Amino acid sequence: MDLVLLPDAATDAERAAVDGVVGTVSEPRRDLLLPAFHAVMDGVGWISRGALSYVCERLHVPPAEAYGVATFYALFSVTPRAPRVAHVCDDVGCAAFGGEDLCAAMEERLGAPGERDDVTWTRSPCLGLCERAPAVFLQRASASPPSEREGNPDATRALESSPHDDEPGGDHAQIAPATADAVVHALDGEDVPGPDPVVSTPQAGAPDLELLSRVGVVDPADLDSYRAAGGYAGLRRALAVGSARVVDEITVASLTGRGGAAFPTGTKWAAVAGSPEPEKYLVCNADESEPGTFKDRVLMEADPFALVEAMTVAGIAVGARTGYLYVRGEYPAAERAIERAVAEARRHGYLGDDVMGSGRVFDIEVRRGAGAYICGEETALMNSLEGRRGEPRAKPPFPTVAGLFGRPTVINNVETLVNVLRIVAEGGPAFASVGSGRSTGTKLFCLSGVVSRPGVYEVPMGTTLRELLELAGGVPADLRAILLGGAAGSFVTPDQLDVPLTLEGTREIGATLGSGVVLCFDSSTDFAAVLRRIAGFFRDESCGQCVPCRVGTVRQEEALARIVRGREIGGRTVELQLLRDVDRVMTDASICGLGQTAASAVRSALALGLIGEETS
Amino acid sequence: MTVVDLGTIRRLVSVTVDDVEHRVPEGATIMDVLDDAGADTPRLCQAPNLTPVNACRVCVVEVEGSRPLVPSCARRVEDGMVVRTDTERVAHSRKMVLELLASANDLSEAGDDVARWQIEYGADPERYGPPGPPAAAGERGNRHAGHHSLPDGETRATVAQPVTVDNDLYVRDYARCILCYKCVEACGTDAQNTFAIAVAGRGFDATISTEFAVPLPDSACVYCGNCIGVCPTGALKSVAEHERREAGTWDPEGETVTSTICSFCGVGCTLELHVQDNTIVNVTSPHDHSVTHGHLCIKGRFGFQHVQNR
Repeated sequence: MDLVLLPDAATDAERAAVDGVVGTVSEPRRDLLLPAFHAVMDGVGWISRGALSYVCERLHVPPAEAYGVATFYALFSVTPRAPRVAHVCDDVGCAAFGGEDLCAAMEERLGAPGERDDVTWTRSPCLGLCERAPAVFLQRASASPPSEREGNPDATRALESSPHDDEPGGDHAQIAPATADAVVHALDGEDVPGPDPVVSTPQAGAPDLELLSRVGVVDPADLDSYRAAGGYAGLRRALAVGSARVVDEITVASLTGRGGAAFPTGTKWAAVAGSPEPEKYLVCNADESEPGTFKDRVLMEADPFALVEAMTVAGIAVGARTGYLYVRGEYPAAERAIERAVAEARRHGYLGDDVMGSGRVFDIEVRRGAGAYICGEETALMNSLEGRRGEPRAKPPFPTVAGLFGRPTVINNVETLVNVLRIVAEGGPAFASVGSGRSTGTKLFCLSGVVSRPGVYEVPMGTTLRELLELAGGVPADLRAILLGGAAGSFVTPDQLDVPLTLEGTREIGATLGSGVVLCFDSSTDFAAVLRRIAGFFRDESCGQCVPCRVGTVRQEEALARIVRGREIGGRTVELQLLRDVDRVMTDASICGLGQTAASAVRSALALGLIGEETS
Repeated sequence: MTVVDLGTIRRLVSVTVDDVEHRVPEGATIMDVLDDAGADTPRLCQAPNLTPVNACRVCVVEVEGSRPLVPSCARRVEDGMVVRTDTERVAHSRKMVLELLASANDLSEAGDDVARWQIEYGADPERYGPPGPPAAAGERGNRHAGHHSLPDGETRATVAQPVTVDNDLYVRDYARCILCYKCVEACGTDAQNTFAIAVAGRGFDATISTEFAVPLPDSACVYCGNCIGVCPTGALKSVAEHERREAGTWDPEGETVTSTICSFCGVGCTLELHVQDNTIVNVTSPHDHSVTHGHLCIKGRFGFQHVQNR
């Protein structure tokens, strides 16, 4: 294939940014497309024609395809814009809890989104900081704004006080809870303090924790501290007992995926471990973006070595030599913590060509997402890793047969993987003795909204929703509804608080554990606004590949708009039938789980009468 | 000596469709089985000469053991598979896909089959309200992923926009584009390997685009026209056809088709000359032709002016 490139030349700054990622690589490396775009965004603040052409030239990617990739992700911009952007969360976990007020304040200070060319702001879907609403994510490129660059197109100006001197290509930060003052100062380059994991985990330090046992106890930047807290005992044991035994233990433990789909982990591992293909991959799905979910972020920020160790156990058990960790682009603190942990582990022989002296080879590559909820879908994530648009693939073939780069691949969520350490240490039967049925072990829940002590909580499977709320300071006064499982989950009501939090228990009441979201609303809530935000979320995040989801999410949002405005076409009954019809085709005929669950929360809210009359 | 290609020897598997058992070669798709049985299975993104992308979802069927419906165009049969096409769920999804597309797109040139399916399945696009105003030229391609303006529901969003005419050979009428991916596939690895166009943007705002939406003459396009050849809705068509349709002189009923062999090079592609009013208006090639698989080059598809210099 001969590349036909646009005549626009890249600036020196753009070239330098791309070269920093691509280095001396000369063979086609499409999988470096996202890292290269990130480098351009971080250095220059947007992807120009010249920059895109240069990326295409270096990586041998047709420019039309590269453009299709660049325009798929919300954190990339192919039009000039301010090099420093505040993404202000207006999603369900933030909007009513300071998010909308913050948006109004930002508008007052900086004008409409995109108005200024030096610093600006934009609305954002859930940023995974719901326990500290309202949340802001800052993209800070190192380039000076266009107005200061006149006559000197290559001018770059470092931030006055970059907190991360090791990252000359700009830096990113999260602020939560955020005030307009803090955001404006941070946009001007002021240092932003890192996260305090203890604030996010009110249980920190409690004796009966498993997944959260080291949160707030170990120093996330210190390998010795992790080892002193029992770290790497799991990998040592896994290497001692051998891969087959590890896979067996996971199967016996009945561990299920904690990302939302609850697929048996052992089944995936056994399939890939048993595959005769010489090349296999492990992928850690850290693209946590389900609105209301922040558990994986906390695990990565506070206990990154646990994830690195768990990935090593998993990778070696299934016969993979490389593990990819795909971390959400809006999680800069988690990404830094993980990068640091990987480098430390590598330096001490816990990763590399001879893991812990065992002769086994395993290493981890960290890749950053770029603003696409759909990339949490496993096959979309693999496409994204390969430098493609994050569009889900048809299944079959399943990832265990043909996954990343077409090879057998195990893909697991962060929390799922961290569970592996306990299973390896205690054995599968001990793990399976907690909980019941398919729901074994402990589970993390993300409590936010009108709860006294929001944060990540760890409880044994089977704990009731009421008991969980008690841990967080009691059942909120005037509780009206709980969004359980996320935007792809459903609403439950105060009379359902005794539901045991298991896969089976929640299914019995027509709900789901999903990704562990417990977002509480009281009766002062404007549920019409909540539902419109959820519908708008799916309309924004649909990849656009299949018709039911691409058009269905638009029609769902429009019909809801008519209903909440009292402008129904043909009356409410007719509109509800229309919503049901759209719901059914999305649920039945969409390619992936996004479309299949895009109507779930709306359906349950309408049935419960959260807007208007009950309809069930 | 004549060499007869026997193909790969394939095992027969047993598939039950609507209670009738079929013995079919392993590797066949469910749609192959349905077609052999004479069923009228709707399809939009499927084409016999392209890799299935199963994006439109109009060909879905029920397969026992699968909670969601299954695209029959892409799913390969397995021994013992039990398929149902005669259920209310299947009919509902097919109806809704046709209805949702018709609510957002101009399907008036999508052919008789689509028009028939619309009626058979009872698609009613008007129930989503009156269509919203068309987008200005180029506006749809400039929407930022993850951001859209809050609708009031008074009108239904559509993909309506002006026709793009930026070269002498073909037009792009994206108000008709249903994002079936066929043109992208034909431009890419399925035929031409030129990669001049791809899907850009996200969700409802996704478009077929060159890099930065530059005009085709500035892109990698080689004007093979294979994108036109596979477009199912008239979103891509020759300038000749576009002009005749605009002038009201397009006459598909009066069209004759003449088969011939392309004389430009030694490959010998079969051409089908579509003639209206004694003038060649389009050139195609049969998709089941062993040489072309329906695809041509710029000379075969557009190099016919010398024939009609009178």
